[in-house]
Amino acid sequence: MLQIRDLNVNYGAITALHGVSIDVPKGSIVTLIGANGAGKSTTLRAISGIARTGGGSIRFDGEDITRLPPHRIVERGLCHVPEGRMIFANLTVRENLLLGAYRRNDKAAFPAELDYIFGIFPRLKERLGQSAGTLSGGEQQMLAIGRALMSKPRCLMLDEPSLGIAPLLVKTIFEKIVEVNRNLGITILLVEQNANLALEISHTGYVLETGRIILADTCANLREDPKVKECYLGG
Amino acid sequence: MIQFLQQLLNGLSLGAIYALIALGYTMVYGVLKFINFAHGDVYMIGAFAGMYITPYVWKILPQGADSSRFSWSTAGGAFAVLALSMAVCAVLGVVIERLVYRPLRERPRLTVLITAIGVSIFLEYFGQYLFGANPKLFPEILPDRVIEGLGDDLILSVNQVVVFAVTLLLLAVLCFIVLKTRIGTAMRALSYNPVAASLMGINNDVVIAFTFGLGSALAAAAAVLNAINYPAYSIDPFMGILPGIKAFVAAVLGGIGSLPGAVVGGLILGVLETMVVGYGSPMYRDAIAFAVLIAILLFKPNGLLGRAEKEKV
Repeated sequence: MLQIRDLNVNYGAITALHGVSIDVPKGSIVTLIGANGAGKSTTLRAISGIARTGGGSIRFDGEDITRLPPHRIVERGLCHVPEGRMIFANLTVRENLLLGAYRRNDKAAFPAELDYIFGIFPRLKERLGQSAGTLSGGEQQMLAIGRALMSKPRCLMLDEPSLGIAPLLVKTIFEKIVEVNRNLGITILLVEQNANLALEISHTGYVLETGRIILADTCANLREDPKVKECYLGG
Repeated sequence: MIQFLQQLLNGLSLGAIYALIALGYTMVYGVLKFINFAHGDVYMIGAFAGMYITPYVWKILPQGADSSRFSWSTAGGAFAVLALSMAVCAVLGVVIERLVYRPLRERPRLTVLITAIGVSIFLEYFGQYLFGANPKLFPEILPDRVIEGLGDDLILSVNQVVVFAVTLLLLAVLCFIVLKTRIGTAMRALSYNPVAASLMGINNDVVIAFTFGLGSALAAAAAVLNAINYPAYSIDPFMGILPGIKAFVAAVLGGIGSLPGAVVGGLILGVLETMVVGYGSPMYRDAIAFAVLIAILLFKPNGLLGRAEKEKV
């Protein structure tokens, strides 16, 4: 569904990604793990069009989307939930959710989809009229995911959904990610520092180190890999 | 007391005009985080647009010989001049953004700021070339009349009421656009976080162009309303500088980026200015705006209704 080939990204004179290639098959959960600054977020930013690529290609459903602006990419069903959630704190929860559906014209379908989102994240329903800035970190993450679902994505890219969230909520959120993948058939590309958690729910994994993919395998194999064990799973 | 009320009324109608211009500054700041110093000159173009459009409107809506009596034709004509001038400036605003500011979007903000000053100077001198350097008289599109029976000394003209009413109407429309429409929500989202906005599928270019159009249209409205407010209003290519700066002060006073702030700032500045002229000396008419600017920067840099910009980590 998503094929990344030899992706390069430069920030000024610094090369953040050196020829990264990733395959995300339809219906799967693929995770990208790695240390701080390895280039995980940069990879997602390049795919969604908010970071400029310096070479390589990104294909979504066979179509080359490498040079498309972000709003055109969302339109095609590839949605990015960015690091730090980036909810609009100045808007209400409802406005945030509806912004997710910004490019869609089938308003009639919104209530049912909102209901589905409230089904997985009941907290959002309680806070619908509230300004999104008043939500807790975990609730903001739920909102960010709910907002992304409103774009009716076929593929969802999640950047550090566990960051800054109470451990109990992390578990819930990861359960919901799996649920969305299974029930809605949404393909997921997950970036996560918490490698244990990520490898547990994903099918395939890629290990990124200073802008290069150093390992790619099924998650079951990666969990047994001595290097992964030592560096990312805490021995 | 009567004198105070009188100055208050005059001040509010002047302030309404500052408020309309200030909204343009604050909206553009909201989406692009820079001060469009050419905004005062868009106001000037709005005045000239109104002046040149009027004869054409009058051809279609003939004006009666007795200008002291109300006629639908006159009111409709004034409204048409207002609407058409707004349309002209909306287009101008979009064109300026497209040709000048958009190519500089990724550049440092200082570059854009200096360019804005360049656009301002360009509009002034191109205006001089186009319209001539001599001041011109804005036609009387809505003949004025004093409302009787308010007491001997209090003077309120019909046109002052018109200025209030039209300003309120424009504010209501603006509120509706910003708070209730899809593009308005996009404007608010973009002003909060442009990257996140683009990830929602918002085409930031379209929203920014729309914001420029909206702000510029309000500047044109301010120009035409000013002409309605002051009979024998003369306009020249440099007329936008001072109101532009004062409206900028009004926007800063209210809190740059805050729409209610721009309105409150405009009204306060208008009232302060007329009070200074009425009770002090007309010599300080223009000085008060700068005194306010210095004071607000010293004591409340975020403005009255502005929110503190938190540095994002």
